Amino acid sequence: MAGRLYTKTHEWLSADGKSVTVGITDFAQAQLGDVVFLELPNPGRKLEAGESFGVVESVKAASDLYAPVAGRVTEVNDKLAAKPELINSDPYGDGWILKLELSGEMPKDTMDEAAYKAFAEPQA
Amino acid sequence: MVDFGGWELPQQYTSIRDEHLAVRHVAGLFDISHMGRFKVTGDGALDFLQGLLTNDISRIGPGRAQYNLMCNEQGGIIDDLVVYWGDDGFLVVVNAANRERDFEWMRGHAPAGLGLEDRTSELALIALQGPRAEELLPATGLDDLPYFGFRPGRVAGTSALVSRTGYTGEDGFEIFVEAGRVGQVWDSILDGGRRDGVLPAGLGARDATRLEAALRLYGSDMDESVNPYEAGLGWTVRLDKDAFIGREALARTKQEGPKRTLVGLKTAPGDIARHRAAVSSQGRRIGAVTSGTHSFFLGYPIALAMVEVASLRVGDTAAVDVRGREASAEVVQLPFYRGSARSAATAAKT
Repeated sequence: MAGRLYTKTHEWLSADGKSVTVGITDFAQAQLGDVVFLELPNPGRKLEAGESFGVVESVKAASDLYAPVAGRVTEVNDKLAAKPELINSDPYGDGWILKLELSGEMPKDTMDEAAYKAFAEPQA
Repeated sequence: MVDFGGWELPQQYTSIRDEHLAVRHVAGLFDISHMGRFKVTGDGALDFLQGLLTNDISRIGPGRAQYNLMCNEQGGIIDDLVVYWGDDGFLVVVNAANRERDFEWMRGHAPAGLGLEDRTSELALIALQGPRAEELLPATGLDDLPYFGFRPGRVAGTSALVSRTGYTGEDGFEIFVEAGRVGQVWDSILDGGRRDGVLPAGLGARDATRLEAALRLYGSDMDESVNPYEAGLGWTVRLDKDAFIGREALARTKQEGPKRTLVGLKTAPGDIARHRAAVSSQGRRIGAVTSGTHSFFLGYPIALAMVEVASLRVGDTAAVDVRGREASAEVVQLPFYRGSARSAATAAKT
């Protein structure tokens, strides 16, 4: 599996062949505060890169989630319905959000960890 | 950290959920030093405050605190505040965002010879709130302090002014202490209470607990366009006392009856109705949400909404906008939760 990549809208993605796992970053969950609910698509839905595919509700606000790549949703993390707090406690592990089957190229404008850190930290 | 009236405050120290539950089950420690603190002294202090505020301070007396409103001539709410009657004058605690405006308003109405000082920077303010607050506050000299009582004592070995008041619906204490010593008092309360589950609590827990208790938030549930009767705070308006600013307008409003009122809404998990979300009933818009959050303690989202008077009754179903769609909301009795505050009370509502 390749290393984790990050977007300017604070999602992370991790590709294993054509299968791409998506979540939100540790920075994003810290900014959102305690997550209480997620509105997520059903498996099978086709997403364009940059398309809003769901909503994460925290105590503070509702925030849109954006697809970092184009693809078809193959799996949604069912655990989040009962335990949305996994987004806060383990954003890169059990708090993953969905898996996509990549339909095009991997995007060119993602960042590696060091670049994302430099991007996100001034916003904290 | 979030900017709050020019102060940097933590939304949470660890987790809003944990801090919220600590306040409900044990106690949480809040730093509320952002709130404005004015000292009012001199022979004319009582008359000055009586002419400026809607509640009747002469009904309390030294050693007591009172929730109060400051209104404009039209009866609109300039701020909600608490007056603490001390041995050497009054402390008035106002909302952080209104501090400068309030101070100017008060100074503009002050008679010659009145002492009016902004002590916000010198006098810190922290609050320990929760059902076990009395047991877990390391204090002396506070035995039998009644609900809304106010007196000098010692907290963690430091001189302090302490009142049995708060903004969470729980029993608890607000502690005024010299700014240079507050760090030590804060640490001492937390160190002593950690084993029992006392946590420092941030703005997130403060907002959730005050909303469960249906305590109004200035700037969200009310502002100058709202009068006390609409905000459900008519009990703080004493039309039978001597003249005060806004009295004529408020007497008229009371006689005519308010046109809007605050109601409580409960929605399904995930449907958090946010500030300004439209509320409708039978296809007609009747008002808007003023405050809304998810209650970790109750397990569902709650909201206050300002709606046309008599448009909704407890038990009715209304529609509220959540993320662009209409969600179903049940109208429920306020407060959403009644904490330990009143059971610790020996005094009636002031």
